[in-house]
Amino acid sequence: MKILDSGSGKLIQPPDIDAFREWNRQKSKELIDKRMSEAEAVSRFVHDGDYIGTELYGTVRCPMSLVREIIRQGKKDLRLAGQGVMELDMLLAAHTVKEIDITYVGLEVYGVSNGLRREVESGRVETVVDWSNASIAWRFKAAAMGVPFIPVRSNLGTDTFKHSAAKVVECPFTGKPICLLPALILDVGLIHVHRADKYGNAQIEGISGFAAEMARASKRLIISAEEIIDEEEIRRHPNRTIIPYYLVDAVVHAPFGSHPGEMCYLYRRDEEKIREWVEAAKTEETAQAYFKKYIFDVPDHQAYLDLIGKEHLENLRYRAEVN
Amino acid sequence: MSEVEYNPTELLICTAARMMPDKTTAFIGTGIPLLAAALAQRMHAPNLVPIFEFGGTGAILERIPIAVGEENTFHRAVAASGICDIVETAQRGFIEFGFLGGAQIDRYGNLNSTVIGDYARPKVRLPGSGGANDVGSHCWRTIIIMRHDRKRFVEKVDFITTPGYLDGPGGRERAGLPPNTGPYRVVTNLAVLGFHSESKEMMLLATQPGVTVEQVIAETGFRLLLAEKIEENPPPTKEELRILREEVDKERFYI
Repeated sequence: MKILDSGSGKLIQPPDIDAFREWNRQKSKELIDKRMSEAEAVSRFVHDGDYIGTELYGTVRCPMSLVREIIRQGKKDLRLAGQGVMELDMLLAAHTVKEIDITYVGLEVYGVSNGLRREVESGRVETVVDWSNASIAWRFKAAAMGVPFIPVRSNLGTDTFKHSAAKVVECPFTGKPICLLPALILDVGLIHVHRADKYGNAQIEGISGFAAEMARASKRLIISAEEIIDEEEIRRHPNRTIIPYYLVDAVVHAPFGSHPGEMCYLYRRDEEKIREWVEAAKTEETAQAYFKKYIFDVPDHQAYLDLIGKEHLENLRYRAEVN
Repeated sequence: MSEVEYNPTELLICTAARMMPDKTTAFIGTGIPLLAAALAQRMHAPNLVPIFEFGGTGAILERIPIAVGEENTFHRAVAASGICDIVETAQRGFIEFGFLGGAQIDRYGNLNSTVIGDYARPKVRLPGSGGANDVGSHCWRTIIIMRHDRKRFVEKVDFITTPGYLDGPGGRERAGLPPNTGPYRVVTNLAVLGFHSESKEMMLLATQPGVTVEQVIAETGFRLLLAEKIEENPPPTKEELRILREEVDKERFYI
């Protein structure tokens, strides 16, 4: 296959598919009770220098309690799949990130991510490699398929391609240029779900984002769940299992685990608290003050929820049934 | 002629809404395109099928989403799937329209939302492509909505995040992008622009109410083609504004 062009971006996590197979072979397939706290899950499974990814994104079904714990434990030199909003803004503003495969890090209606700006413009983030949104999801898909790359028609002809680690080849079947994306295998994936049993079988309501792909592309996977359900409920509706237990290393019970983001059908986003972060994120000093208030001076997720306030949280719940 | 006052955001929304045809698919991001889709659904396009990147197909836009993956993007939708399904649907040719914005645009409709300045040490690091590159690559026709000034409408963008016609006629096809795709309209607070069918350069089609052709040219940092007959875009109607203010964006998140 003729290579027509190569992106100049660093391949931050080269796909070693055979090593991934060996890794998957040694992962336990036993039904083990994996329930633990954020503290234990992050301590055991997230290490300095790891390549991590979160799903979905900051204001929507996001593993915020896990992200706060990563900051609390002072993890650093992380390499990051950069598709997100305030969760990634926080990781960046907390100086935890060294390298990033970025597709979008911003605050949506609230504008650019100041964490991203400060860390990239200062050079503290040493490596930035650009991709399109779908490209990151497709890279996970390739890893999930167990193959080293996937052909797509995004990125072609642009500087996005030039600064990515993709390649353009001459398609051996059609003769036309096509873009190859290298598979992305995460050291650790972090996903927040609606329901999981103690073994890690997980269900997600509403849109699934890229949870199915990213879960299968993760060597280690930490699931946080609004609700822990009985194994029988999983077995009663096996088609609802989007993440099977054998992919999962830790199950964390985290009610309001996506706060201040939303969780469809359960609670809406907390605009007041989102705005508080947006404001705080504007400078290094105010960001650190925010981290002190909501992370460093707070021992765990339950204490965080207590700080936010029970009544405040209850007001976010959807009262009318939606389905 | 409408005697009702309106602001530039309302003008952009109404202009973009009129372009959305009924009974077809449109890839919608947040912001103005969203409000335009909601307005269009309530006016002339009740069967417009909004497509949201993270999985919502065919939502009924009763409440305005402000995040591309939030519940309102699949409210009463026909299907809720994920990003691979949605962008693959675009890649297979199912999505007629896509909406885009950007920090910079050039004469061929190429867009920059990645960096201002040098990539290695940028003056400003912008959010990145997000779904823009995917939308610009796969949708049959894209509509770009932007503010119009010389800082944005530039001779050469600092970074091509999203493909317009790249370097001109045949550029997209040479790169391997799907044939017959590309930017269709650019909607700004000053004008409505299209692209010359042969040279693929941006062309002025209509001015917004109260705006002269000279003003549009003055705010454009490259040589702008002029249509043989330049129309005057009708201002937002009373009914469009009523729907926008009373139904679509009651909380005035955007307008």
